Amino acid sequence: MAIEHADVLRAAHLARLGLNSDAEAAGYVDDLTRILEMVDRLQAVDTDGIAPLSHPLDTTQRLRPDEVTETNQRDAFQACAPETADGLYLVPRVVE
Amino acid sequence: MHHMTLTELAKGLKAGDFSSRELTTSLLDRIERLDGEINSFVTVTRDQALAAADTADQARAKGESRPLAGLPLAIKDIFCTQGIRTSCGSKMLDNFQAPYNATVVEKLRAAGMISLGKTNMDEFAMGSSNENSFYGPVKNPWDRTAVPGGSSGGSAAAVAAGFAPAALGTDTGGSIRQPAAFCGITGLKPTYGRVSRYGMVAFASSLDQGGPMARSAEDCAHLLGAIAGHDLRDSTSVARVVPDYLAELDAPLDGLKIGLPKEYFGDGLDAEVESAIREAIRVYESLGAKVCEVSLPHTHLAVPAYYVIAPAEASSNLSRYDGVRFGHRCDNPVDLEDLYKRSRAEGFGDEVKRRILIGTHTLSEGFFDAYYRKAQQVRRLIRQDFMDAFEEVDVLMGPAAPTPAFDLGAKKDPVSMYLQDIYTIAINLAGIPGISVPAGFAGKRPIGLQILGQHFAEGQLLNVAHQFQQATDWHRRHPTDQETT
Repeated sequence: MAIEHADVLRAAHLARLGLNSDAEAAGYVDDLTRILEMVDRLQAVDTDGIAPLSHPLDTTQRLRPDEVTETNQRDAFQACAPETADGLYLVPRVVE
Repeated sequence: MHHMTLTELAKGLKAGDFSSRELTTSLLDRIERLDGEINSFVTVTRDQALAAADTADQARAKGESRPLAGLPLAIKDIFCTQGIRTSCGSKMLDNFQAPYNATVVEKLRAAGMISLGKTNMDEFAMGSSNENSFYGPVKNPWDRTAVPGGSSGGSAAAVAAGFAPAALGTDTGGSIRQPAAFCGITGLKPTYGRVSRYGMVAFASSLDQGGPMARSAEDCAHLLGAIAGHDLRDSTSVARVVPDYLAELDAPLDGLKIGLPKEYFGDGLDAEVESAIREAIRVYESLGAKVCEVSLPHTHLAVPAYYVIAPAEASSNLSRYDGVRFGHRCDNPVDLEDLYKRSRAEGFGDEVKRRILIGTHTLSEGFFDAYYRKAQQVRRLIRQDFMDAFEEVDVLMGPAAPTPAFDLGAKKDPVSMYLQDIYTIAINLAGIPGISVPAGFAGKRPIGLQILGQHFAEGQLLNVAHQFQQATDWHRRHPTDQETT
C-alpha cells in the first residue's frame, strides 16, 4: 500500500508532531514508502483463522483490589513540569 | 582491575585487596580520562558513586557480606533515577529528573551495587548503532571507526572499554544482544516479564525487557538474580519464582540438543561471522552437545511485523511527551496545538519522528486491519516457529548479527539499518530469552554467538553460555587502551 504526502501530513497532525517544511514532509514520505514496502511482505501471508498475539505470554491484565495505594506526591511530580501554578499545570488559554 | 569480572572484583573486595572506594575511584578516573573519545556515558555520578562506595565499605567493615555489595556498574539512561537526569538519549528529556527510581535501580541499590552513571543510547532506544543519540554517537572501543551497536551502545562500550564491569541494558528488538556482540561482551535479554519494566522509559511495551550486560555469563547470572522477579508496579511482570541462576551454571552439557535455524545461516550472513559461529558450535560438540538443523519458517517476516508493532506501540507511548507535564517545551506557544506540535517537533530526533509517523499511520482509520492486526497474527506464527523448534531441541544457536560492527555513518537508509536486527527481532516478538556471548573476531571487530531458549529458560542459557566460556577465552579479550583512545 503506497503512502501519499497527504497521509504523512495526516499522521503528523494526529500525532501532534509539527513538520517544519514541505521538504521535511517529503523526506518522510520517501522513508515511509520504503519502510512500508518492506512491511508489505506481511500481506502475502495467509493469516485466516490466526488469532492476533498482543502479549508474548498470552496472559491478560491482572486485576488488583480497588484500593488507594499511592500517596499524594503532587509536589514531587510537578517539580519536573515546565510551568505550574498553585499545583496546576499551565498551558496556553484553551477557552476564550 | 579495569577488565576484571564482577565475580573477580567481589573476591578482591572480600579479600581486602582493594576497597570499594578504591575500585570506584579508579573506574571514575578512567572514565574521565578516556570516555571523551568513546562517549559511552551521558551522565557520570561521581559524588553519589563515592558516597555509595563508602557506605559499602563501612557495611563490609561491620561484617555484612552481600555478594554484589560495593561493586560498580553503569545504567542505561532509560532507567529512571531519582534526582539524576534520565534523558533516554533525547533532547525531549534533556532536562528530566525522574521523581522516582526504576524497580531494577532500587533492587541493585538494595543489593549494595554502585551506579557510576547513566550510559548513552539511541534516542528512546530506537536504533541499532547508537548514532541516534541527542548526545552524539558512541564509538566502538575495539575500533573507533565502528559503531558499538545499539540501542544499548553506551552500556556495551562502557563494559568493553573497562569503564564499568557491568551495565544494565534494555532490549526491544536486539538492543542488548547486538551491541554486546559488536563490543565483545556478554548480554542477556530475559523472557518478557521476567524483569520489571517499572521506571524503564517505555518504547514498545509488549517487547521491551531490561537485562544485564557484563564480561561473563556468570556475572550476568549474578545480576539477573538481583533484578528479576515479580513487581506489583509492573502488571506485565510475571509472578514466578526466581531460580538460583548460579546453581545451574556448572551443569554439564552432555546430551544438550542444539538446533541451528537454517534461516539464520542464509544470504546476507558475513563469511567471517559464519565461520566463527560454526567454530563455536564445534566447541559445543566437543562438550558433548548434539547439533541438528531446524527451521523457523517465518523468520523473513519478523522485521516487517516488528516495524508495524513496535512503532505502533511507540506512537502511543510517546504521546505522553506533550510539553505540559515534563520534558521539553517550546518557547512562546500561541495555543495548545502549537504547544504540542512544536514541543514534539523540537524535542524528538529524526528516527523517533519516523517511527511515530509509521505507528500513527498504521493505527489510523482504514489501515489498522491491514497493518496492525495482520502483524499481530504474523507475530503468533513467529512465536509458534520457536515453540515447534523447542519440541525438538533444547536451545537454538546462531549469529547475533549478520555482520561484525559496521562503520560509523555507513547505514544512512533506515531499512538497511532495520535489517541489521534480522536475527534478534523475532526473539522479542516471541518473548523468549536470548544471550549473546563473544565467539571470535573479524579483524579487530568482535563476533557474537546468540543462544536462544524457551520462555523462562534463562538458567539454561546462562549455563550453556558459561560452559562455553569455561572452554574458550573470547570473553576475556579486551581492547588495549591504545585502541580505546
